[in-house]
Amino acid sequence: MRFDMDIPAAPSPAPSPAHSPGRSAPVQASRRAFLAGAAAAAGGFSLGFHLPGPAAAAAPAVPEVNAWVVVRPDETVVIRIARSEMGQGTLTGLAQLAAEELGCDWARVTTEYPTPGQNLARGRVWGDFSTGGSRGIRESHEIVRKGGAAARMMLIEAAAQGWSVPASACRAEKGVITHAESGRTTTYGAVAERAATLAPPKEVVLKDPKDWTIAGQPLKRLDTAPKLDGSQVYGMDLTLPGMLNAAIRDCPVTGGTVKSFEAGAVAGMPGVKRVVQVGETGVAVIADTFWRAKTALDALPIVWDEGPNAEVSSASIAAVLREGLDAPEAYIGNKAGDVAGALQGADRVVEAVYSVPFQNHATMEPMNATARWTPERCEVWTPTQNGEAALAATAEAAGLSAAKCEVYKIHLGGGFGRRGATHDWVRQAVLIAREMPGTPVKLIWTREEDMTHGRYHPITQCRMRAALDAKGDLTGLHMRISGQSILAAIMPQRMVNGRDPVTFQGLNPSGPEATLGYTIPNILVDHAMRNPHIIPGFWRGVNMNPNAIYLECFMDELAHAAGQDPLAFRRKLMANHPKHRAVLDAVADRIGWSTKPPEGIARGIAQMMGFGSYVAAAAEVSVSPDGKLKIHRIVAATDPGYALNPQQIDAQIAGSFVYGLSAALHGACTVKDGRIEQTNFDSYPVMRLDEMPAVETIVMPSGGFWGGVGEPTIAVAAPAVLNAVFAATGKRVRNLPLANTDLRRA
Amino acid sequence: MVRLNVNGAVREVEAEPDTPLLWVLREQVGLTGTKYGCGIAQCGACTVHLDGAAVRSCSLPLSALTAEQKIVTIEGLSAHADHPVQKAWAALDVPQCGFCQSGMIMASAALLAQNPHPSESEIRAEITNICRCGTYNRVLAGIQLAAEGGQGGRG
Repeated sequence: MRFDMDIPAAPSPAPSPAHSPGRSAPVQASRRAFLAGAAAAAGGFSLGFHLPGPAAAAAPAVPEVNAWVVVRPDETVVIRIARSEMGQGTLTGLAQLAAEELGCDWARVTTEYPTPGQNLARGRVWGDFSTGGSRGIRESHEIVRKGGAAARMMLIEAAAQGWSVPASACRAEKGVITHAESGRTTTYGAVAERAATLAPPKEVVLKDPKDWTIAGQPLKRLDTAPKLDGSQVYGMDLTLPGMLNAAIRDCPVTGGTVKSFEAGAVAGMPGVKRVVQVGETGVAVIADTFWRAKTALDALPIVWDEGPNAEVSSASIAAVLREGLDAPEAYIGNKAGDVAGALQGADRVVEAVYSVPFQNHATMEPMNATARWTPERCEVWTPTQNGEAALAATAEAAGLSAAKCEVYKIHLGGGFGRRGATHDWVRQAVLIAREMPGTPVKLIWTREEDMTHGRYHPITQCRMRAALDAKGDLTGLHMRISGQSILAAIMPQRMVNGRDPVTFQGLNPSGPEATLGYTIPNILVDHAMRNPHIIPGFWRGVNMNPNAIYLECFMDELAHAAGQDPLAFRRKLMANHPKHRAVLDAVADRIGWSTKPPEGIARGIAQMMGFGSYVAAAAEVSVSPDGKLKIHRIVAATDPGYALNPQQIDAQIAGSFVYGLSAALHGACTVKDGRIEQTNFDSYPVMRLDEMPAVETIVMPSGGFWGGVGEPTIAVAAPAVLNAVFAATGKRVRNLPLANTDLRRA
Repeated sequence: MVRLNVNGAVREVEAEPDTPLLWVLREQVGLTGTKYGCGIAQCGACTVHLDGAAVRSCSLPLSALTAEQKIVTIEGLSAHADHPVQKAWAALDVPQCGFCQSGMIMASAALLAQNPHPSESEIRAEITNICRCGTYNRVLAGIQLAAEGGQGGRG
């Protein structure tokens, strides 16, 4: 099979020799060529459209060496990336892995996204497209490395055949193949066409990570240049010839439906083409521009049937969760020894109840998708964390088989889990496009729609109950989580006998993913599932976030109750957990835990394991007499097994504090009359530069496993700071966010 | 028909007078580097320069603008992405998802034009744009790097 179009992932002219995807003139909507039909016919990649440019026009058709690698005659190396780039750097990291094994010149690397339709047609040659759970690299490193290694072997074989020498006598470096004996050389670009005709090798041997020269290096991102001059085209920026724009309002109460709307009231407004109902629950206005669609939608009288949840409030949800704290029935996540006995025989029982609210992902780019539907075919352009799931959603909404649909992925303006598991906005876009067959329609959510129709971080409460013996040592712990299950709402097929294993993230007794870092002789971690109607989702860090707050703040409480140092108290329980302890020790050492903090400064510490990585944080804070918190300094340590790009890991860790602390300090989505009350960044404040602390990162890969880096550190951000707040004020923040607690000195 | 001076060129646009500059730029002029993030002047993703000052274009109606005012968007900040802020951003690999960065860069460039050597606390107070990926420390370092270049007042 040939791929005749080499369209870079970034919709700019064909790549320049520099590894950026190239620069282009400011995007002019009218200049775009719409090549989706041609792209589909040719088995094209990426966006299904491109921006014309001299290089692109001149780019010849080049056959792929294999599914992962195309080498052009000008030596440009195109590496295909199945996972999505949403800011986390996966695009660059995966390219590093493939390029490492390929042995090419990194300066000539560019990337492109294969489409989900192509993956389907080719027997999932690129594997899973899902980009969540910090799995982008750790679950695909092997297939990507093998793809690069196989391509290298085929390129060498092609050169060897040309010289009539054995391939074993040749080697490749930086895209140049050398036959040592004769001193002859050639390049990947020169032999790529021949290599494409060869059978793939049956076996490939991967490099030892200690020999890496591209992987493991703090290389710059491949996708930076177009993000500096406005030329990066996000889904929201897409323009197709003849395209119309749509704005949507879905019922503000989940479970409610559209009763009626008066299309005639807005039909004469500027630019308005159609007013359509979207499924049972939404109404959209289609107009020539988005602004006109939104203006008309704002003026459109809609009557809702708010359904069975119209009376639900945050208070009523909290009452249901509170009941769960004492419920006799609960799913067990971790159990050892006899907790009831330990509590009964304790010298002292310490108890506390914590809670976390709903959180919105609030990606900077609100949800959007462009769809074009005909009775024969449906195409969607959208930022998605999972192209295959987006394709499935497209097919279902289109009423067509997946083979008759295609999804073109676009770099995401933030994902954080919102754009992966459910594709509600894609479904809407396709349903709208079905109302205007043949016309591409771009659906954009307003920020208000985005804030009130999220897939929220699940709401939970937790009662911690611990037994301390006469020496102040922890002999038993019962951790009762009460609240929402993500899987029950959006992926019931992944539940295990009714139980949601994700709920116990970071608290598991064993396993490579997310284990508890303490050995406690008598322990019970259980979950009373209580599912409000607000739909939850995977929110960057997922259940590790609340679990770390519950566990690590309570460990701090126990240390203080026992009159022990919080670090020493933890370390006594960590003898069997050297990797957990190593990151904790690292941050304690760097922050100077054994020394007295500067005047007016207090410290807090926390550790956790999740997404396969071990993380810890230490924070230095001060609280003014009028209750104002200032976070002065954060030290964060991560052991992700292998560190593919230390610079990008540093960026992910620093960013994790913004996400985690935004939630801990400010974030809460509350419910009134069945609907989410917060509508924009004025009512859902997030951290800005004025609050951002200095973050020092310690990347300490111990090897032998692959952990994620995009999410784990978020979990330790909040407890490290909250423990420091306690050290500063004596006030224990147990109900998040911190903004609900008055920190003024009494 | 309304005339606007965008990136040094006079453009004629046709839109209702209450249409925000943001949507005029994106949908009439075809310059999509300026982003929609909130629509209520909270996030700053829509920041452009109006006669050299940073403004949030989502909350600036067309009716408030004249052809004499000079509007500069991210596409017009420099000819070759070589404004000191853009160069500093490239050197430090500031963007992650990048969606907020047009606004960050425009806000930072306007700050340096007005105050070529801002203190850290001035930067923290003045740059109020929202980034959800969490690039703030690199934004801070980027502004400081651009200021060190001594060319902060240009552009």
